[in-house]
Amino acid sequence: MRERAQISLLPDGHRLHLHDGPIDLVIEAFGATHEVNLAYQAAKARFVSVLDELCSELSVLRQPARTGGPQPSGVIAKRMVEAVAPYCARTFITPMAAVAGAVAEEILGSMKSAAKLSRAYVNNGGDIALHLAPGESFVIGMVERPDRASLIGKVELHSRQLVRGIATSGWRGRSFSLGIADAVTILADRAATADAAATIIANAVDLPGHRGIVRVPARELAPDSDLGERLVTREVGELSLSEIKHALDAGVAVAESLRAEGLIHAAALHLRGETRIVSARSASDSFFADAETSSRSLMHA
Amino acid sequence: MADDDAIRCDACPVLCYIKPGRTGACDRYANDNGQLIRIDPHVVLDRAVSRGDSVVPFLDRNHEWDGNIVSGPDTFVTAIGAGTTYPDYKPAPFIISSAVQGVDMVTVVTEGIFSYCGVKLKIDTDRYLGPETNLVRAQGEPVGHVTTSEYGSQMLSLGGVRHLTGGGRREGTVTCETLLNLCDRKPVELTIDDGATVVVQAGQPPVVDGAKEERMRVGCGSATIGMFAKQWQGKVDEVVVVDDHITGVLSEHQAGKLLGIPETGIEMKGRRSTPGRYFRVAEPGTAWGGTNIDDPLSILKEFDAKIAWPKLRLLMVSTTGEHYAYFELDDGLRPVEKELPAALSESVARIKENCEPALSTVMFMGGAGGSLRAGVTENPVRLTHSVRDALTRVTCGGAPVYVWPGGGITFMVDVTRMPERAFGYVPTPALVAPIEFTLKLKDYATLGGYMDHVRPLDSILKSDSRRHISSNPENPWPLAENKLPRSKP
Repeated sequence: MRERAQISLLPDGHRLHLHDGPIDLVIEAFGATHEVNLAYQAAKARFVSVLDELCSELSVLRQPARTGGPQPSGVIAKRMVEAVAPYCARTFITPMAAVAGAVAEEILGSMKSAAKLSRAYVNNGGDIALHLAPGESFVIGMVERPDRASLIGKVELHSRQLVRGIATSGWRGRSFSLGIADAVTILADRAATADAAATIIANAVDLPGHRGIVRVPARELAPDSDLGERLVTREVGELSLSEIKHALDAGVAVAESLRAEGLIHAAALHLRGETRIVSARSASDSFFADAETSSRSLMHA
Repeated sequence: MADDDAIRCDACPVLCYIKPGRTGACDRYANDNGQLIRIDPHVVLDRAVSRGDSVVPFLDRNHEWDGNIVSGPDTFVTAIGAGTTYPDYKPAPFIISSAVQGVDMVTVVTEGIFSYCGVKLKIDTDRYLGPETNLVRAQGEPVGHVTTSEYGSQMLSLGGVRHLTGGGRREGTVTCETLLNLCDRKPVELTIDDGATVVVQAGQPPVVDGAKEERMRVGCGSATIGMFAKQWQGKVDEVVVVDDHITGVLSEHQAGKLLGIPETGIEMKGRRSTPGRYFRVAEPGTAWGGTNIDDPLSILKEFDAKIAWPKLRLLMVSTTGEHYAYFELDDGLRPVEKELPAALSESVARIKENCEPALSTVMFMGGAGGSLRAGVTENPVRLTHSVRDALTRVTCGGAPVYVWPGGGITFMVDVTRMPERAFGYVPTPALVAPIEFTLKLKDYATLGGYMDHVRPLDSILKSDSRRHISSNPENPWPLAENKLPRSKP
């Protein structure tokens, strides 16, 4: 029987592409050639069982996280529960909000323990787990709308900073959102944490009751969605500048409080071409340094 | 699950329930009217597949491509979904080789980011859309301007770098969205300053101020007189063809004179150009013949009593035959509307029949700049020369393009000949459009191509992410034998 998972090197010969069902990983490791090979072997070996592990506990993972409820046993599933735990008392969230980041983290972990790498990333559809050896750095591009290739800014991450996870969420992305943000990009210690926070903050960028926003029960679109009957955003009509500001303000307030609690390092919120940055003042020079200016600096082809 | 219309996808253990028209969690499998189908992002044109089968059916999932198809010249990889390397001067995302008639061909595919781009709109209408050079707006933002009137059509020029990046942020965003929607063949509402509101959709009739344009005029009023004079002879005494440009009058017109049609004493408003041809009988508008008149008699003065006679038969008709009225003069030489005689309704129908369907045409126009060309070759100007020398063919999503003479690679393409969803955008804002350069492998090496990045076609076809569509039979096949770019001597 043919392996379900698809594993290949991308055309550039450097990046590894792992695909299985809804999981689509692009991986790149840097270091000595044999170390990179070891890392890729480890990633492949770990990857082949990931989807089956998750699916065996899918019904638990689709339930709202709550203390005392049934707990999953898989290592990735546990990481998902852990990532959403800080939010479950204050709002609706299921462990599925952290699935992409948790998978990325797991694969990165397997690579790190198998090989000595200077740098590595595991990109799970925009939710990214990073490895940076001391002195190394990464430049990460940001997209404004997850449904279209649209680089609007760069984030430079250095090993001395604690960021090892990046995630982006928005209603145009692959997952449903309760909010109207085009994209919310989060920098956090870990990918799973960033993933959960991106969901929470993207949900918070909203204009409740706005008539131009089309919302549909998640189940009408995907009968088995973990969001059930909750209304997810399908279309956002014309917004005035003050409405855009108002919606972003709501998201920024949540982002500020998550940052104050130490759950995230920084956030970039995008709505209709407007961008707001939440970041520690001292670190603001290094995170999203050119997010606003570079949005117009791309030149013609 | 109580959803009767949802289907269970068993492609992976997630086992999604997928509603019609939706995809599963993977975005790769979809429910297409109850059928589970597979959709993939990278567009591969297949000459062999009949038009209409735009996706690979799910059941073919286990069908491994046989060498006959994958290595043959019947598959062409478009740049749609290829991605772009901009702004890095890296080799284009895909450089593919395929053997055509024993000659190794290379197609370099990339998605270009075009901020120097726009669309030229040709709107088939005689209705007045607005003054030349006035702004064209979408959602209130300036996105282009009115340019020349062509025969039976009004041209608009939308986009361009000044609206995309030179104006306000919202102006740029709205311009980008407008261009993208037009290129995606979606309807777009445009408003012209001091003019009409027109809904434009590639390949569809324009809708001007709420009225759907059906037909193009057969000619101006004067030309219409010339074409139909003979058919009117003996059936009517006078014909006025109402037109915003040149209104024609049968008895005064050269064609009427030649047929010996007697004077009728008709007196027209407007400025007489030459006999039987009148400029500006009314103001431009969206009523009769592209004028603002609803009552055709309003362009007539009183008949000359010395020449006209009671019972004189008068037909007034627009250049498209959509508007017409028949009159007879009473004893006071005043026109009285009567039912159109059957003999004349035939000629009105004939005018209508000779008017072609009115359409909106959307031509995307863009220029391949330095870094895009640098993705093809280490020495970008050589690509320009190679295109000039007809060694390299340029296509846009597999569709033929017109490359403007002169410097650079500035091209135009009819968006209806491109695959669906071929365009994207970056929030610069700028459009992302596919562009493919096809040339012989030998020539590719000569112009400094990235030879170590050339991949055989079947490696693309074996990769997972591709969208397989049939080629548009109206387009020349990009790798067609008799259309192969010639080799450098």
